Amino acid sequence: MSTPASNPILIQPVPAPAQGESGFLASAFTPRALGIALGMVACLALAGEAWAQLTVGGERPGILATLWKWTPLILLGPPREFGGFALNILVSFLAMAIGTVSGLALGLGLISKFAPVRSVSWAITQFFRNSPWLVLLFFVMLLTPFQMRIGGVTIPFPAWFKATIGLALPIMANIAEIVRGAVNSIPTGQWESAESLAFSRLQTLWRIILPQCVKRMIPPWMNWYAILTMATPLISIVGVNDAMTLTQDALASEQRTELLMPMYGMLLLFFFVYCYPIARWTIRLERKYAVRN
Amino acid sequence: MTTAWTPDQPIVSIKDVHKSFGPIEVLKGVSLDVRKGEVICIIGPSGSGKSTLLRCINALVPINQGSIKVEGQEVHDPALDKLELRKKVGMVFQSYNLFPHKTALENVMMAPVHVLKRPKEEVEAQARRLIKKVRLEGKEDAYPGELSGGQQQRVAIARSLAMNPDIMLFDEVTAALDPETVKEVLVTIRELAEEGMTCVLVTHEMGFAREIGDHIYFTDRGIIVEHGPPATFFTSASDPRTRAFLSQIL
Repeated sequence: MSTPASNPILIQPVPAPAQGESGFLASAFTPRALGIALGMVACLALAGEAWAQLTVGGERPGILATLWKWTPLILLGPPREFGGFALNILVSFLAMAIGTVSGLALGLGLISKFAPVRSVSWAITQFFRNSPWLVLLFFVMLLTPFQMRIGGVTIPFPAWFKATIGLALPIMANIAEIVRGAVNSIPTGQWESAESLAFSRLQTLWRIILPQCVKRMIPPWMNWYAILTMATPLISIVGVNDAMTLTQDALASEQRTELLMPMYGMLLLFFFVYCYPIARWTIRLERKYAVRN
Repeated sequence: MTTAWTPDQPIVSIKDVHKSFGPIEVLKGVSLDVRKGEVICIIGPSGSGKSTLLRCINALVPINQGSIKVEGQEVHDPALDKLELRKKVGMVFQSYNLFPHKTALENVMMAPVHVLKRPKEEVEAQARRLIKKVRLEGKEDAYPGELSGGQQQRVAIARSLAMNPDIMLFDEVTAALDPETVKEVLVTIRELAEEGMTCVLVTHEMGFAREIGDHIYFTDRGIIVEHGPPATFFTSASDPRTRAFLSQIL
């Protein structure tokens, strides 16, 4: 018999990072991660610069100066207009909010005791989970009018809002699956004891089952948020002034091929800087909740 | 159908109950009566249908045939309000099943506040009394994960008692506990029995059954093989299956 101490293949638990929640951003952007990101863009800029030296010969402003010039537009959109990367973030927030609320309702439909509700919810979930996002986006753009008259009031549906709905649909279906999975992962003993205490099914769900699900649902929920954010450039195809559209506009007005890689590289960097901490945080929460449950 | 029930009639009356899970018949015609204030212990090998029988009493499990009446009300009448029945019948489980996201006090308070809609202050006072009664004073704000098995089981008992039930069902409540914590739970149950609570226990604790049971039922393969008061049951069992079981345990 070998004691644990002498067992050579004993797996030691990985020590959790010691810093508190406040130190999270610092921990997400380790020097290594930041180095990779900045190095990536610097390489692209240098490659562009070298390309420029070889092909044109340099009367024009440098690559970095050009990137800097376009940064405000790509981040915030044209003056007195809302757009750019900020619009990507806004669309991601709204699509996530709409997708989460409707996904919760759809997920509860999936576990309904009433068979027709369950079947319809199942069909909706499967349809939107297994459709390409871009096709859904076009579908919603063409399906919904650009404005609607209710009574005497005209409600406009701007393109960016329609695009948000288009992105919210697959999120809804995936959140519904997360809700269903989380509810099913709660031990049946919880249902039994709630039932024996005379809780109704609805009360059991709201007061006992769902509160326990929240913790389990947060990591996959955040994961879907990151996926959604990275998918927001899709809306550029349907004519929305997001960061992607504006990057293309900037490139079109510069007419310099050596800018292609640095400009798209910068756009990648924006998304990386925003999504990477979310990914890190998700992993942290997954680890934290894995121990508890 | 409401037949007037008087306390001199059995509080639980089980007649010829059959229950199958798919092709497996776990209860093959079980009958037993429980009178108010009585402590009934059901013993028997695992898989003999003891827990299923208990779950049928508060309609957690539907039956296929027969009749179960609690205070004169047919439990398996489709028109019966199951929630009304469960307010009268408390149940404690082998695996405690406390709500892990609520403190001990909140666990005890939840059902009276949300199901019975009683005022919160009054329920809190009662919950604190119950936690004291099961000897867990000072653990009111502890979460289930911070309590030992025996402590969790006592919170579960307090949680059931908070509904002021007429009958308590105990489903192998000490089976998952360490030997040293079994005793603290049994002490709590004994006190309840002494106060006159009607209790139906499924248990493997023979010594305890003998001590507090008014009547012992021995089940095997879905039927009641033998029953009697503990004095005669444990000393002069007549059925060979009972004798074989007791000789293994005692």
